[in-house]
Amino acid sequence: MEYKQYVIGVIVSNVSGVLSRVSGMFTRRGFNIDCLTVGETESASFSRITVAFHGDNDIRDKILKQLEKLHDVKEVEVLDPNDTVIRELLLIKIRNSPSTRQDIMTAVEIFRSKIVDYSPTALICELTGETSKIDAFIELMKPYCIMEMCRTGIVAIERGDNCLKTIKTR
Amino acid sequence: MKISGAKIVVETLIEQGCETVFGFPGGQVIDLFDELYLSRDRIEHILTAHEQGAAHAADGYARATGKVGVCIATSGPGATNLVTGIATAYLDSVPVVAVTGNVPCSLIGRDSFQEVDILGVTMPVTKHNFIVKDIRELADTLRAAFKIAKSGRPGPVLVDIPKDVQTAEWDFEPRPDPVRPYPLCFASENKLRKAAELINAAERPYIYFGGGIVAGKASRELLALADKTDAPLGCSLMGLSAVPYDCPRFLGMNGIHGHYTSFAALTEADLVIALGVRFSDRAAFEGEPDDRPKVIHIDIDNAELDKNVSADLAIEGDIKDALFRLLPMLEEKSHPEWSGRIEQLRAEEKRRYDAADRLRGERCGKLSPHDIIGVISSIASADDIIVTDVGQHQMWTAQMYPLRKPRTFLTSGGLGTMGFGMGAAIGACTATDKRAVLFTGDGSFGMDLNELATAVSQKTPLVVVIMNNGVLGMVRQIQARCYDKHYSATTLRRQTDFVKVAEAFGAKAGRASTADELRALAEEAFAYNGPFVIDCAVDCDETVQSPLWSEGAERGESNGV
Repeated sequence: MEYKQYVIGVIVSNVSGVLSRVSGMFTRRGFNIDCLTVGETESASFSRITVAFHGDNDIRDKILKQLEKLHDVKEVEVLDPNDTVIRELLLIKIRNSPSTRQDIMTAVEIFRSKIVDYSPTALICELTGETSKIDAFIELMKPYCIMEMCRTGIVAIERGDNCLKTIKTR
Repeated sequence: MKISGAKIVVETLIEQGCETVFGFPGGQVIDLFDELYLSRDRIEHILTAHEQGAAHAADGYARATGKVGVCIATSGPGATNLVTGIATAYLDSVPVVAVTGNVPCSLIGRDSFQEVDILGVTMPVTKHNFIVKDIRELADTLRAAFKIAKSGRPGPVLVDIPKDVQTAEWDFEPRPDPVRPYPLCFASENKLRKAAELINAAERPYIYFGGGIVAGKASRELLALADKTDAPLGCSLMGLSAVPYDCPRFLGMNGIHGHYTSFAALTEADLVIALGVRFSDRAAFEGEPDDRPKVIHIDIDNAELDKNVSADLAIEGDIKDALFRLLPMLEEKSHPEWSGRIEQLRAEEKRRYDAADRLRGERCGKLSPHDIIGVISSIASADDIIVTDVGQHQMWTAQMYPLRKPRTFLTSGGLGTMGFGMGAAIGACTATDKRAVLFTGDGSFGMDLNELATAVSQKTPLVVVIMNNGVLGMVRQIQARCYDKHYSATTLRRQTDFVKVAEAFGAKAGRASTADELRALAEEAFAYNGPFVIDCAVDCDETVQSPLWSEGAERGESNGV
C-alpha cells in the first residue's frame, strides 16, 4: 500500500488535558506524528488540532478510528491535499554580515518573506507558506549561518464550503 | 439547598443506582467517607484490604451484573493502587467508575504529600477520566462518568476530586433516573445484507464470538444464528459462559490454550463470523488473506474492526440488534460434510486428551486439575459464579468447567492480572448474593490472599480452591518447553501453610490430596456461609494443553507464548 503524508483536522473540546489525550494516543499505539498544531476555533468551547503523519491507508484508518473513540474528540477528517490550504509559519534568525546581507535580502524578497527584526549582527525573517516553500527557504539560508529557527507546523483548512463541524452527538 | 461536594458525590452515586461501593479511606477522602458514614443506610461501603482489591471488586460487581461498579480511593498511593484494577477492567471492557480524592487544588502540581497525577497515570487505561476543580461541575461530571462507562463498548472511567472541592458547597438537584447510555450504533442494513450473502454462500461457516455477546446480552440470537446456518461455535476466553457448555454446536474456547476442535475448525472454515470479539493476539489467526477463511466481523467498537485482523466485511453496530436483523435474511442451511468433519475433529481431540492424560501417569497422592474441576462442578450450582486468578488454573478452568449461564465466569482475559480473583469474587458475591467459587493457584493467591480479611468481615459465601503445585506453572511450562528447563524464579520454595493462613484470617479451610477428601471438604464449603479455602495438592508437571502443539513433538512457541 502507498505510504504517504496525510493531514487531518480534529475538532476537540477545549478542555485541559485534551492535547495529552490526542498525542498520547499516537504514542501509545505506535503511530508517529510529523507535526501537530492546536488552537481555539470560532467557538471557545472547541479547539482544532491539525496533525500530519506518514502512513498507508490502513494506518490512516486506524488513527481515525482511535481518535474518534476519544471522548473529547468531536470530529475528525482527512483533508484532501488537492483541495486544502496548508500553511506553516517560520521564524528564522540569520547572522547579519555586510558580505551576505544583500544575498539574504534578495532571497527574502523572492520568497515574499519579511524581515521582522534587524540588528548589526543578526536578522530575523518571517515566512509563511506550504511546507515545501519553508524547507526551500531554510535550505537557501543554510550557507548564511542560521543562528536559530522555529516553525509552527502546519495549519490546514479545506477550500470552498467544506467545513469540519462539531456535529458529533454522543 | 447547598450541600458539600462530598455529599454531592454520595447523592449522585445513589441517584445513579449505586448501592455498594468498594474502597479504602485516606487523608484526601475523609470528607467523602464522612458522607458515606452518614448515608450508610442508603449506600453500602465495603472496606477492602488493599485498593487493588477494591478496584477488582468493583470490576467483579460489574461483570457479574452488567451494572456499573464503583470504587473509591484516596490520593497518591491509594489512587495508584487502583491502576492495575482499572487496567484490568479496561482490557476486558467492564463498566467501572473509580473515584479518587486528590490534594486541594492549591497544592496540585507541587509534589505535595500523597499527590500523584492520577489523571496522567490512568489516561491510557481508562475510557475517559476527569478531574473536577469546580464544584459546580461535580454532579454532572459524575453523571457523565456513569454515562461513558456504560455506553457502547463499556469501560472504566476515573473521576479525581481534590479535597477542597469535596468541602466546598453548592446546589444539588437530584435527577429522578440514572443517566442513560448514549444511543447505540446500529449496523447498516446494506452491510447486513452483504453478510447474509456471504453466510448463505458459505460451506464451512464457523462462528467465533467474544465477550461482546455477554456484554450485549445476545446469547439467544447467537444460538439462533448457529442453528439456522448449521455452524459450529467457538469463543475467546471472554466469550465463555455466553452459551451453555453442553450446547451441541459449542466447540469451546479458541486460541493458544483453547480446545483442539475449536482451533482446528477455525483454520478449516471457509467463513468466520466473528461477533463481539477483538482477535486478541492470544486468539487471532495467522496467514495472509488469500489462504485464510473469509471473515465477517461485527463489533460495537469501530476501532476493533480491521485492527488485528482485516475483515472481508466489517460491520459496526450493537451485536444483539445486528443478529436480530440478520437472522431473517439467512437461509435455513445444513452442512453435513462440515458437521462430519467437526465430529472427526472432536474424536481426534478426545484421543489426544486421553493420550496426554495417560502420559502424565500416576499422580502419587495428588489431584489432577480435571478431578478438581469435576468434583467442584458436581457440587456447585449453575448459578454459582466461577472466578479465576491467572495462570494454569485459569486455563484449566476455562477449558473444563461446565459453564451454563452468562456472567457466571469472571476472569482477567485481556490484562491477565494475577491477584484479580479474590477482589472480583467478593464484588460478584456482593452484587448478586450468590456463592462464588474462586479457582486460583498458589502463585496468584499469594497476590490477593489479603482480601480473605474482607471476605471474612463480609461473610462472603466464597469457596476458594487453590491448585497448589508449588510452582508458577504457566511460566514454568514455557520454560520446560522453550528454555531447556531453566526454572528461573518459578519454583516456589515457600513453606506457606494456606490452611493456617486462612484460619488466621478467620476463614475456614482444609487440605485435599484425593478426590474423596476434596469432595468431603467441598460439601462442607458449599454449605458454609463464609469464605472457605480448600488447598488442593497438584503435581508441578501438570501442563495446560495447547492445540498449537503438534502431537508428541516438543515445539518452541515461536508465535508467542
